[in-house]
Amino acid sequence: MSSIASDYELDIGNLLIFHGRDPPPLSSSMTEEERDAEYLEQGRVLVQALADALFNMPSTLDKVGRLVNLPRPRMQLPREKPLPKPRPPTKWETFAQTKGIVKRKRSKLEFDEQNDEWRRRHGYKRVNDENDIPIIEAKVSDEPGVDPFLKLRADKKERVAKQEKNQLENLKRAAKIGGKGALPSTLQLAATSVPITGTKEPTKRLSKEIVGQAAGLASTATASIGKFDKKLPGEKPLKFAGKHRKFLPVVDGKGEEKQLLQDVLNKVISKNSHDILDVTKAVSMHNVEEEGKRAQQNRKQGGKKRKQSSRDARPSKKGGKLNHKVVSKSPGKSGSKGGTRALGKGKNTKRVNR
Amino acid sequence: MLRIVKPKTKRAKRELEKRAPKLEENTKKLLLLHGTKVSSVLRGVLADLFHLRKAEGRAIKYSKKNDGVRPFEGGGETSLEFLSQKTDCSQFAFGSHSKKRPHNLVLGRMFDYHVYDMIEVGVERYKSLESLGGGKKASPQPGSKPCFAFIGEAFEARPEFRHLKELLVDLFRGEVIETLNLQGLDRVFLCTAAGDKVLFRHCAIRLKKSGSKVPRIELVEVGPSMDMVIRRHREPSDNLKKEAMRIMPKTTKKKVKNVSGDPLVGKVGRIYMPKQDVGEMALAKMKGLKRERREAAAARAVAADSGTEAAPSNSPKKQRTE
Repeated sequence: MSSIASDYELDIGNLLIFHGRDPPPLSSSMTEEERDAEYLEQGRVLVQALADALFNMPSTLDKVGRLVNLPRPRMQLPREKPLPKPRPPTKWETFAQTKGIVKRKRSKLEFDEQNDEWRRRHGYKRVNDENDIPIIEAKVSDEPGVDPFLKLRADKKERVAKQEKNQLENLKRAAKIGGKGALPSTLQLAATSVPITGTKEPTKRLSKEIVGQAAGLASTATASIGKFDKKLPGEKPLKFAGKHRKFLPVVDGKGEEKQLLQDVLNKVISKNSHDILDVTKAVSMHNVEEEGKRAQQNRKQGGKKRKQSSRDARPSKKGGKLNHKVVSKSPGKSGSKGGTRALGKGKNTKRVNR
Repeated sequence: MLRIVKPKTKRAKRELEKRAPKLEENTKKLLLLHGTKVSSVLRGVLADLFHLRKAEGRAIKYSKKNDGVRPFEGGGETSLEFLSQKTDCSQFAFGSHSKKRPHNLVLGRMFDYHVYDMIEVGVERYKSLESLGGGKKASPQPGSKPCFAFIGEAFEARPEFRHLKELLVDLFRGEVIETLNLQGLDRVFLCTAAGDKVLFRHCAIRLKKSGSKVPRIELVEVGPSMDMVIRRHREPSDNLKKEAMRIMPKTTKKKVKNVSGDPLVGKVGRIYMPKQDVGEMALAKMKGLKRERREAAAARAVAADSGTEAAPSNSPKKQRTE
C-alpha cells in the first residue's frame, strides 16, 4: 500500500494523479466485492496523495474557502476546432499599407452649418443628408430631362452596388488565398444558381413539389419504371408511377405495322366522309339553295336589280355539281328536294326515293 | 456565381460567433446517441453520462434510433459528423447492442466536425447512478471539477489503454480553471487497469478533519461504475494529431531597447561598442609604414644630406608618404 503513495505522477492542472506501476496482485480467492473494495482503497490512497500536494500549495483565503492557483495542465488534449486563421488584408488595406495611409478616427458629431447645431455624422438626422435637400438648383451642365433627385438616388444605389461587389471580391480573394478558414466566421460564400435561359432574372428557388416531381420522373426513367430499383432506407413509394410504353418489334413478320397503318388511314378517311351525312355535299346544296332564294327575291323586286342579282346568282365555280344545276324556277321544290337529294352519296348509303 | 450568405438576425450571428474557431476554445459538448438496438444496461450508461455532463448544457442526448451510424465502418460516420455539426458537439458516445458486440459503447472525439479518434468499449458489471445512491445527499455537486486517479502500468505501456486514459480525461475534465477552491474537491474518477479490463469508478470525496493542514480523504462510491473491455480503437493520423495539438505561438510585442526619446531632443539611441584591439584589427593597408620602407627612406635621407649630387634612389617605387 505504501508503495503506491511513493511512486506517482501528478498533473495538478488537470487534477490528475497517475500511478504507473501495477498494484500488487490480489489473491484469486477474493470475491468481486472484496476486490472492488481493495481497488477503492488503493484509489483512496492516491487521492490522499493528490490532496496532500494540493493543500500544501500556497493558498489565499477567501470567504468561500481556500483558493489555490493551479498551474497549466501537463497533459495536452487536442483542440476541437482548428486555430483561427488571420484574415488576409483587403485590396484597400494593402494599398494603404504601401502608401503609408493611416486610419484616422472621426468624431461622432459634426457641426451642421445649415441648422446651426451639432448633428451626428451617420444615422438619424445626420449632417448633409442627401434625402433632406428641398431644392436643387439647376446647373448649366444639367440635361433638361433629368430629374436630379432621382439621379441622386440612382447614384447612391450605384455606389452601394459597387461596394457590395468589392466586398464580395475581397471575400473571394480571401477564400482563395487562405481557404475557408480565412473567411470571417459569420459569413459564408454560397453559389447561386445560374439562370439557364440567359436572362438576367435570378432563378427562383425550386419548391418541394417540383423537386419531388423531378425526382419521381428520374426514378421511373429506367427500363422497368423503377420497379426493381433498390430503395434507400426511409424512402417513400413514388406518387406518380409512369406508364409502360410498348414498342413494335423491328422485324415485322405478322403484318402488325400494315394493320396499324390501315387503321390510321381508315380513321382519317372516315372522319371526312360520314356514313349518314356527306358534309361537302350538304354544304354545296346549302349554297345553291341560298342562291336560289336570292334570285327569287331579285326577280320580285325588278329589272336593274335583276341584272345585279343575276350576276350575284351566278353559280360559283366550286364543285362540279353546281355547274349542272340551273337556278331553279320552283324554289319550293328544290328546297325540299335538295334536302333529300343530299342523301345517298356516301359509301354505304341507301338511295332515298323521291 | 457566388454570393455572400449573412445571418439574418443578430441572434444567429451571435450563435455563429460562439461556434467559430477561437484561440481559447469553449468547453467541449458531448453528444449521446444510440443505434439500432440498445440494451437496458447501455440505456442506463448513456443516461448516467448525460447526467454527469449536462451542467451548462454541455451534453445533448438523442433518444431516436440511429441506424445509419456505424462508427468503425467506412461510410458510417457521415451521419455522426452531420449531427455533430448541427449540435456543435465535438465528443460523442454511441451505444449499440448486438450479439457479436454486447453492450457496446463507442466514445469518440471530433476535430473540425470530422472524426478525430474513437475507442470501442464493452460495458460489464454496470451499476447505475441511482443504485449506488448517486442522486441523493451524498452525491457531488453537478458541474464540479473532478479529480482523476489512474492505477496500472497498462495506462503507460499499452497504446489502447493510453488512448482510453486520454479520452476519459477529455470527457470528464470540464473547463480548464486557474483558481480552485479547495473545499470544492467533490468527485474523483478512479480507473484501475486489471488484466484486460479497466475498472471505472466514480466516487464522491469527503474531507474529514485530520491533525494537519491536509484533511483526511474518504471516498464514497456514487455514480456509474462499470468494467470496460477495450475492443477496437482508432487513433488519429499523425498530421491530424499535429494539427489538433497546435498551440498558437505567443507573439508578445518586442520591447525596443536602447532607444529613448524626448519631444525636445528627438529620438535618442545608445550604441554599445565592443572592446577593440587596434593592433589586431583589419584596417586599411599603409604600406609606407612598413619597416623596410621606413629604413629605406631614412637611408635616402641620410644619403641626400651627405651628397646633394647623389643619384636618385634605387627603389623603383615612388615614396608618397613620409
